[in-house]
Amino acid sequence: MTAATTDLPRAEAAPAVALWRRFARNRAALLGLVLFGAVLVMAATAGLIEPTDPLRRAGDPLTKPFTDWAVPLGTDQLGRDILAQLFHGARISLLVGVLATLLSIAIGVVVGALAGFFGGWVDDVLMRVTEAFQTIPNFVLLLALVAILGSSIEYITLAIAIVSWTAPARMVRAEFLSLRSREFVDAARNLGVSNGALIFREILPNALPPVIVYASVIMALSILLESALAFLGLGDPNHASWGNMIGQGRAVLRTDWYCAVIPGIAIVLTVLSFSLLGEGLNDALNPRQKKQ
Amino acid sequence: MQLTQVLTYALRRLLQAVPVVILIMVGTFLLLKLAPGDTVDALVGDMGGADAAYIARLRAEYGLDQPVWVQLGRYMAKLIQFDFGWSFVYEQPVAAILWERLGTTLMLMGTSLSLAFSIGVGLGAIAARRAYSLTDNAISTLGLIFYATPSFFLSLMMILLFSVKLGWLPVSGLSDVAAFYTGWDHVIDVVLHLIMPTAALSLIYLSFYLRLMRASVLEVADLDFVRTARAKGAGETRLMIHHIMRNALLPVVTLLGLQFSTVLGGSVVVETIFALPGLGQLAYQSVIQRDMNMLMGIIFLCAIIVVIVNFLTDLLYARLDSRIALK
Repeated sequence: MTAATTDLPRAEAAPAVALWRRFARNRAALLGLVLFGAVLVMAATAGLIEPTDPLRRAGDPLTKPFTDWAVPLGTDQLGRDILAQLFHGARISLLVGVLATLLSIAIGVVVGALAGFFGGWVDDVLMRVTEAFQTIPNFVLLLALVAILGSSIEYITLAIAIVSWTAPARMVRAEFLSLRSREFVDAARNLGVSNGALIFREILPNALPPVIVYASVIMALSILLESALAFLGLGDPNHASWGNMIGQGRAVLRTDWYCAVIPGIAIVLTVLSFSLLGEGLNDALNPRQKKQ
Repeated sequence: MQLTQVLTYALRRLLQAVPVVILIMVGTFLLLKLAPGDTVDALVGDMGGADAAYIARLRAEYGLDQPVWVQLGRYMAKLIQFDFGWSFVYEQPVAAILWERLGTTLMLMGTSLSLAFSIGVGLGAIAARRAYSLTDNAISTLGLIFYATPSFFLSLMMILLFSVKLGWLPVSGLSDVAAFYTGWDHVIDVVLHLIMPTAALSLIYLSFYLRLMRASVLEVADLDFVRTARAKGAGETRLMIHHIMRNALLPVVTLLGLQFSTVLGGSVVVETIFALPGLGQLAYQSVIQRDMNMLMGIIFLCAIIVVIVNFLTDLLYARLDSRIALK
């Protein structure tokens, strides 16, 4: 037998490529990716649609959609361009969603890692604090924080992170509890690796995958929280926001329902894209979990 | 289950909630301190101004000149007796207003959660039994859409369809004030007023329960004891109800308890839209009117309700899963 005929196993595809192949097999996940891409494009091109101020008067109040090509989707009762607000609203939604998610995961990782790694009284104290945050209805706490801090976009993002870090904290803690007594951690500890390096270099990378998948849920919830605040008129008045557009549209719902329906569909599709992406990512990262 | 066993278990669970409630007390105190202005500022604002000596005397009278930890101690002692302070907006004790509003919110919670739970569990079980079929795809897609639709948008769309276009359902309030209905007419009136708020609040949770139940039934249906039951000749219906459902329900019951506080938060938006006189609407108005005592009272009362509900779901869980020893 010559070397040329030996059946060597085919070279494994790079992990990223394999991950993409598993992800792309799921049609719903691809739809999520396309929707998410559309929202990204809207946010990126918002400056081209309306370079100055999306909240300025662009035409006659309550112009119906598809009647005037200067304002393709019509105007609201103050004559503001709905299309421009929609694109700038995408920017705010994504900005708040991404930043609040990163911030809440950062808090959750620190709390969960400390609780899970050290256990004992550290765990007890941190878990009671987590339970206290979970016991208070998150939207009511969010209202209180906005009432105290004020409703600029930075404080709203911070407040959303403060009410949504508990779930990632619990996930990270559970992962740390199961990982901290594994052999590779013992081995590293015996080599004299410090606690900080054990937590962040050894355990954390292994504890992160479920949190990354869950990030899509936090992102969707953050966008929903921001839009609910804006709907109630408690958002940042200086930025176009989908929730605020729906809140304003409520006043003219009987006659000009498109003012509320257009931004509403934008929120539904954006949140849908995150949950489809999250599910696709979950199936791709944990292929064994999926049945069939 | 022995009665004494249940009682000791109940007591132990309640004791575990004590530190959490204390932390929430400290938290609301800190938030009150962080908020601009205090009780005396509100009083003086009400009076239209006062001189500095009088303000200082008022501060001393309300104990606001004491060290922070003394103030905290007094505040907590009051909270334990459900004394939430005075509302300068309503000119009444906060507690009195809260009790008035509690019933509406609990009614909305009760109807929404039972609807979400029963329909969600039912649809989830059906989807799992016909996994990857057309029915399953239709149910799962519906679940995804419910999940992605914010309650306020759903509320407006329902108002547009059922009130504006069709004229079937009333838009706001808990009952028709001008009609003076009595007896069954009044009950029917309230039910008509609650249909849209209940639907708006429950659909997102319905989608959570649906998805979890579907996954849970799929997982349990693969376990050995189900195969054994089938081998012994149990019919599909009996298999589903006696063997699968009871076990598949466990994670859903956990989620029900965990999510109760989120549902209470969601009632803020729904009650505000439909002008229902409940705690949620009160929370929104308190933010607008800067009534911080009221807002903190709502937070504390909601926290107590959540602790009680979590305790009840724990008991229900123990009843469903006899493997959990009531130690």
